[in-house]
Amino acid sequence: MTSDLQVKRENPLVLAHLYFATLALMLGAVFGFLQALSRARWLSMPTWFDYYRMLTAHGVLMAIVFTTFFIVGLATLFTYRAIPRQRSLALGWLAFWLMATGTAAAAAAILSGNASVLYTFYAPLKAHPAFYIGTTLLVIGTWIVLIDILTNVAWFRRNHSGERLPLVVHGATCTFMMWFIATLGVAIEMLFFLIPWSLGWTPTVNVMMTRILFWYFGHPLVYFWIMGAYLIWYNIVPLHYGGRVFSDSLTRLTFLLLLILSTPVGLHHEFVEPGIAAGWKWLHTMLTYGVVIPSIMTAFAIFASFELAAQRRGLRGFWGTVRSLPWDNPALTGPVLGMILFIFGGLGGIVNASYSMDVIVHNTMWIVGHFHVTVGGPVALTFVGTSYWLIPRLTGRRLWAPKLALAQTYMWFVGMAVMSTAMHWAGLLGSPRRTDDVSYFGTQAASLWMPHMQAAAIGGSLLFLSILMFAAVAFGTLFTERDESQVIEFAQVDEHAATTPAYLDRIGGWGLAAVILAILAYAGPIHELLHLHVYGAPGLRTW
Amino acid sequence: MHRAEKIWIGFGVATLVIFLIIIGAAALSENMIPPSHVQTIDPTRVAQTSPFDHPGLHRTGPKTYDAYIIAHIFAFTPVSITIPAGAQVTFYSTSPDVVHGFFITDTAVNMLVVPGWVSSASHVFRKRGTYLLLCNEYCGAGHHYMYGTVEVK
Repeated sequence: MTSDLQVKRENPLVLAHLYFATLALMLGAVFGFLQALSRARWLSMPTWFDYYRMLTAHGVLMAIVFTTFFIVGLATLFTYRAIPRQRSLALGWLAFWLMATGTAAAAAAILSGNASVLYTFYAPLKAHPAFYIGTTLLVIGTWIVLIDILTNVAWFRRNHSGERLPLVVHGATCTFMMWFIATLGVAIEMLFFLIPWSLGWTPTVNVMMTRILFWYFGHPLVYFWIMGAYLIWYNIVPLHYGGRVFSDSLTRLTFLLLLILSTPVGLHHEFVEPGIAAGWKWLHTMLTYGVVIPSIMTAFAIFASFELAAQRRGLRGFWGTVRSLPWDNPALTGPVLGMILFIFGGLGGIVNASYSMDVIVHNTMWIVGHFHVTVGGPVALTFVGTSYWLIPRLTGRRLWAPKLALAQTYMWFVGMAVMSTAMHWAGLLGSPRRTDDVSYFGTQAASLWMPHMQAAAIGGSLLFLSILMFAAVAFGTLFTERDESQVIEFAQVDEHAATTPAYLDRIGGWGLAAVILAILAYAGPIHELLHLHVYGAPGLRTW
Repeated sequence: MHRAEKIWIGFGVATLVIFLIIIGAAALSENMIPPSHVQTIDPTRVAQTSPFDHPGLHRTGPKTYDAYIIAHIFAFTPVSITIPAGAQVTFYSTSPDVVHGFFITDTAVNMLVVPGWVSSASHVFRKRGTYLLLCNEYCGAGHHYMYGTVEVK
């Protein structure tokens, strides 16, 4: 039905996203490496390029730019390949260029030292307007991606009535609907609060309101990354070990639950803040733990898929299953090593989200350790590993230096395990996050942290090397010999999988439930904030 | 659904419920709730607003104190307080400029200080020694110089 020509037109769009993500990862890694050395006091950043400028760049590039571009590329690929047809790429390219322009504007503001506000840009730290406007453009670009996905879904429904949406398109749609609902918060924060204020149109800003709006978006951002990784774990990873998707309906239910449960949880990032009554924090604690359900469903489905594939080859038991996996394929070792790190990311997350335990670790290095074994572990390692499978299939070339690629995934795993362990430990000892020099003029309490900061720097150095190796393979693959025989396919559903009920395919209704739940969770604290006499804060540039 | 899957999800949900009951019970019986003081203050007039016009330690009972500490770029005022061992101190803090952290090492005093708001947390200092009070939220170029001490004698 669709010509090779159409696919050949679509591939460059996906590649543009993947390589933009790779460039962000490379630049972010340079800053991450310098930070690790700086915190260990093995290096002092010069005043013309200080630690906090670098930290802002690292956070924005890694947490927002790298992840978002990769996930957009992935969702675009999944939608286009699973719904083959002659289509216009105008929306796709418009989204890419909006996102790229926004990123360039924000990056210019950060690198020139005019936006050292970190990736959370907490008011009343006041950055250059280009930072806020650029970031907003990046977000609006992703909304166009949702429109593009929905256009294709609508076409599919018209032309395939009675059929279920392809599983990968279902997942991509849930991911971007969740993302749209969540990014509304940050868009309102930008358009109605920060942009007018940074341009000087409004004299002061309502600080608590901007914080609530930020975290309304900030935690779902985490699930956006995770849903990107889950899309790969369910639909791509089984291809590498000859497995199948464990269950079609369970996969759909997982994504639908993430769609509704990702947003009404943001206050668990604001546990130690004034101005929000403890009851609302407790409500968000309970809702946060709801995410346990799709998480354990995913754990079950992934391991069941491993085990069923092993059994088909006559291998039984835990070690039989472990042995059955191809540990020499970087497209598998990336995601699977990431899954191992995620076990620790999940356990730490339970501590952070728990109402009372959070005060022990809030804003300490523990938190930094935590998000490095979540977004920097399962998510980034899955994306990097999967790039080794995607890039050759999109460029029609052989993977350059597959052994280097394999070593890269293991090196990342070791580097991250070392760095994250050290960070968690330092955090328990009280070391603050987001702080250049933690020696506090030789204070005794602070001296306990330094060995851990040095261990973290060793782990960080391994990670830096690992990312350089990834970049070499990603760019090297642009120049290898042609091989058009490699195809992009998606894992088949296991033959025992039950038929999927129709309600799991009506994403719109679940989206509505997500909106209602978000309103219920946030109406209370926002209502209270609006009914207090709140003093606005004028902006400051304190760097 | 698979039988094994049902058991697994049931186990997960049960753990979740037990966990929520434990932290809920701790919140109700031990008052283990995060600092959630709701009180506003004009950030442009902190130094003129009582009680922050006289920051420092105020004795409120035989073993209880209130400590009013202003967090500003890039220091705490006062920078150091001294209390007897066994004293219960309720800290109140606010900021005249940007957001700061208010964290005392080896304690559960960990709160965010937001301009326009007063934050509060309480702690009983049983062990003698020097506790580090530090800003654990980025506030600008001198953030890492922002610290104070709590001396427990």
